[in-house]
Amino acid sequence: METFVNDIAFIIGTTLMYSTPLIFAAVGGVITERSGIINIGLEGMMYFGAFVGAAVAYFSGDPWLGFFCAGLAGASLGLLHAIATVSFSAEQIVSGIAMNFLGVGFALFISRLVFDGATQTLTVPKKIPLPLDFLFGEGKLFASSGFMDLVFNRFATVYLAFILVFVAWFVLYKTSLGMRLRAVGEHPEAADSLGISVFKIRYGAVITSGFLAGLGGAAMSIAVVSRFSNTLISGHGFIALAAMIFGKWKPQGALLACLIFGGAKGLEIYMGAKGVPIPSGLLATLPYVLTIVILVGWVGRSQPPASIGKIFDKGEN
Amino acid sequence: MTSVDFSHKTVEMIDVVKKFGDFTANDRISLTVHRGEVHALLGENGAGKTTLMNCLYGLYRPTEGVIRVNGEDVVISDPNVAIGHGIGMVHQHFKLVEPFTVAENIVLGREPTKTLGRLDMAEAERQVAEISERYGLSVDPQALIQDISVGSQQRVEILKALYRGAEILILDEPTAVLTPSEIKELITIIDNLTSEGKSIIIITHKLHEIKLVADYCTIIRRGTFIDRVEVAKVSEQELAAKMVGRDVSFSVSKSEVVQGDRALTVDNLVVRDNRGIAAVNGLDLQLYHSEILGIAGVDGNGQSQLVEALMGLRQVESGRILLKDHDITHATPRQIIGDHHICSIPEDRQKRGLVLEFDVAENLILETYMRPPFSRRGVLDNGEIYRFADHCAETFDIRPRNTGLQAKSLSGGNQQKVIIAREVSNNPDILVASQPTRGLDVGAIEYVHKALIEQRDNGKAVLLISFELDEIINVADRIAVIFEGRIIGILDGDEADENRIGLLMAGGSA
Amino acid sequence: MSSIGASLKDKFLNGALSITLMSVLFGFLRGGIILLLAGFNPLEAYGVILKGIFSRPKYVSYVIIYSTPLIITGLSVAFALRTGLFNIGAEGQYIMGALAAAAAGYYLKLPMVLHVFTAVGLAVIVAAFWGGLAGWFKARFGVNEVISTIMLNWTALYISNWAITIPSFGRQGTGKTYAIQPTAQIDILGQWKRTPEGIAFLREHPMLWDVLKSPVNLGFVFAILLAGLVWYVLNRTTLGYELRAVGHNPQAAEAGGISVKRSMVISMLFAGGLAGAAGAFQVLGVSHRIATLAIMEGYGFDGIAVSLIGNNSGPGCVFAGLLFGSLKYGGSKIQDVMGAPTEVINIMIGIIIFFVAMPKLIRMILAYRKRRERN
Repeated sequence: METFVNDIAFIIGTTLMYSTPLIFAAVGGVITERSGIINIGLEGMMYFGAFVGAAVAYFSGDPWLGFFCAGLAGASLGLLHAIATVSFSAEQIVSGIAMNFLGVGFALFISRLVFDGATQTLTVPKKIPLPLDFLFGEGKLFASSGFMDLVFNRFATVYLAFILVFVAWFVLYKTSLGMRLRAVGEHPEAADSLGISVFKIRYGAVITSGFLAGLGGAAMSIAVVSRFSNTLISGHGFIALAAMIFGKWKPQGALLACLIFGGAKGLEIYMGAKGVPIPSGLLATLPYVLTIVILVGWVGRSQPPASIGKIFDKGEN
Repeated sequence: MTSVDFSHKTVEMIDVVKKFGDFTANDRISLTVHRGEVHALLGENGAGKTTLMNCLYGLYRPTEGVIRVNGEDVVISDPNVAIGHGIGMVHQHFKLVEPFTVAENIVLGREPTKTLGRLDMAEAERQVAEISERYGLSVDPQALIQDISVGSQQRVEILKALYRGAEILILDEPTAVLTPSEIKELITIIDNLTSEGKSIIIITHKLHEIKLVADYCTIIRRGTFIDRVEVAKVSEQELAAKMVGRDVSFSVSKSEVVQGDRALTVDNLVVRDNRGIAAVNGLDLQLYHSEILGIAGVDGNGQSQLVEALMGLRQVESGRILLKDHDITHATPRQIIGDHHICSIPEDRQKRGLVLEFDVAENLILETYMRPPFSRRGVLDNGEIYRFADHCAETFDIRPRNTGLQAKSLSGGNQQKVIIAREVSNNPDILVASQPTRGLDVGAIEYVHKALIEQRDNGKAVLLISFELDEIINVADRIAVIFEGRIIGILDGDEADENRIGLLMAGGSA
Repeated sequence: MSSIGASLKDKFLNGALSITLMSVLFGFLRGGIILLLAGFNPLEAYGVILKGIFSRPKYVSYVIIYSTPLIITGLSVAFALRTGLFNIGAEGQYIMGALAAAAAGYYLKLPMVLHVFTAVGLAVIVAAFWGGLAGWFKARFGVNEVISTIMLNWTALYISNWAITIPSFGRQGTGKTYAIQPTAQIDILGQWKRTPEGIAFLREHPMLWDVLKSPVNLGFVFAILLAGLVWYVLNRTTLGYELRAVGHNPQAAEAGGISVKRSMVISMLFAGGLAGAAGAFQVLGVSHRIATLAIMEGYGFDGIAVSLIGNNSGPGCVFAGLLFGSLKYGGSKIQDVMGAPTEVINIMIGIIIFFVAMPKLIRMILAYRKRRERN
């Protein structure tokens, strides 16, 4: 019985760990797409963020500084994406693809310069802390490796991700800023004719999405693991994108989708560890196949914000 | 019309010029409006009316010229500035956020808030209720825009302006989407507003409405100022001549033709719209050869869904569509066009009618590309395709004559000619024309009407769907009125008068 | 026909080509600036890259070998994009094609030419299915193809990795499969160049020898043929007409009687088949086997870049593929020679795409220059 409970706890714990980076990026995706701009460059932004986060944390010894700089790194790519899509009516998907090349390119370029030609960083001296251990002392609050410990004693980024979802929900649906952002995504001409700056809102949203994707990358490189490597972020940005669509462009929906994806990953790791008689190679496809099955069977034609992907051009004023 | 205060000029636009690149949309146009005045801005489609008003509302910046509001020179750099000067605008295509509520749409951009930037929707709804009562504009603040009628949506747009303290209200083609009874309501609202001292500018090309509501009228043509007149002192004919630049005959000349055999029967048809509502709800209809059957009705009464069902683009829930005695209810678009010879001029030519990125020639073969001579065994024959296109360009006067140009580079009228050329060359038995003259200028409208009448004279059956009552009365041989997805009355063309049809369109009985 | 000439001229002067060329120019300029900032001499770096591409016959043949799969995955992306579908899944389709080709090349015993055609045919069918799946999900269930193809990419990768663990197929402990039969290989003179006569002959002809030091194969020839095929299908057949109409305006295409759903599935079948062919040629001509993948190799993603830079046309993909292949191969040399990170190539490609995405900006720049020339 106890092992069963612990197994469950293990799966939940792994789920939370793997979901967290996705949640950051997916909420970023919600914010930008709600303003009407597709950001398929989340992957590149996470990648760059993961590198910058680990590099800064390595050199400064301060994981939080690394975490913040990771956000800035993502935001800098977000700014580029915003310039292209908002100011110069770029094809949003094409510009996003460019961001993916640039994110990988900048990360590895700088990595080779700073880490002696290597495409990975060295291990950071301090990871993002576990706040419960920090507050109450290690093993003090919950028995070590017990159910509560496995489930709740998680990196600060996990808590932050949940707080972020709440904040994003609050801002989007309960504040005037959020209402304006959603109006811009649905009907930019209407918002514009009421004196709302589509330009500012969209710049803000795209840069924020980059910032959050960068944080998501760092949540991977300096919390889940303790260094950046060139294989660390492999498709997470795209999965976050899928989670956002699956979550119907809502922060709370994206959270749920990320948890399902993380859960599939947790289950995969658990079944692998337990030696379930399914080839582990095929088991690895579980999260991806599950996502497709859910999209096909469940979500189908969900409605994106009305103006998404369309060019809003005020013409020459 | 007695409320005009001539001592107070609220808006003066003096020699306003607006250029887009090399194109001059407004060439030194002047306009003056007084307090309490209803001022009509009259001109054809594309004359530059909306551009001029967008300059006043700050959506465009004039290239040259002076704008004065209440006697002071102002520079209106964006809508916020316009709103600050008490200018409000109701656009022809409403700018409403569909999934938002009425109250959210009205307060958007000026939301009442509590601490932390939290929205105070209770306060918003209270304020909306207050102004809607004051000016007699009834709306439900909590209803979603997507669930309310077009007339209510227009009231929301007016409330948006009033909420922002508008003293000057610009209405762009406000009656285009309204039923005759809704138009009467709107006129009452306008009277209420002017008696409160507000000034109103109405953009329109409908002459009798100008006679009904406006005190003064400024007429522009092809971007230039033509005249400013006191409405009471001119006739509709005079206004029309000034608008078009030549005398206009209001009636379309057509010969008498004897109605032919039955071509199409629609029997108790039910079709659902995207939201699952039965937009066509038990509709019956007979269409005969050698006639133009006009479908009159206000936008949103199931016309679009009827046409989509006829053309195989929307699934039929129940009921039947019969071609003579042949059931085509569930035929595919290709079968309907190719085998059953029903062609259509779609209501939105840029959305349904043309592939804008294709050139004219490619658009002309959109329904016939898979047949000889345009292709053989799956391979296109460009020689034949462009020869055919050049022939069409001559016959249907498509300008410019270069059929290698992308369709999007053509004017609206010529785009419509491409569609008509394609559909007519396809030699259909039945032609379904939805809003075939929307957004076209007078010359192009005449062209389209002639083409439809020619089809009917050649023994074809023509179904004409239009929101423009004048068009239906002028062109159709029989008129069926559609209301809430049903035909609620059929009249002969000669016995039809506007009042009777208008009553039916609003759901009354004639 | 004069009208076609006019529109062609218009395309070249104001349209896509000048935008692409300007974008490439910007890519090189910005790449140079970044190298400069990092403390390297950009001229020297570009010199190294150029030398690394052209200075030896072997290098040129390597560039062609590098370019071949990029051209074909580029064609795959371009084909789908013409129908308005974004095939991020070329990567997974490539993997499935490579897997099928490796299996067919290893397990089947067939005579020479037939073996090649069978292996390629199987690869194309499997990959077409993989791509068509995404098309079907979109047509039938409305699932966004960007999402479904990404998921299919990872599914393909893990299926391939799993297949390599099958004892009769993969060599235990190496993470690789057994090499395909010689009958399935498409190397040019691949067997002969290792025979004594071959070696003796090649000593006499150093140029040829240099070329044959690289795994030269027929893949490039097939890539050119496929580019022609894509161009022909898209521009000269009724199928291509349908697909393009759907790509530009599905609603008008539907009103004209074209089945939009059918077009989506066909387009993705075709796109998948192309990417699968890329994988097959790589296995039959270069690697002769497949290996366990820790991450995506990137042929599919690079194909997106190739397609975008090549303006989604058949011939465009050939040139863009060659450009990308040259940069990838030549760029790898600045690491050894100068210690400059080769990833500057990724950055350059990113910048090129970034500008390709913004025709409006490039037009503004061109118009500005024209105005300055006039004054």
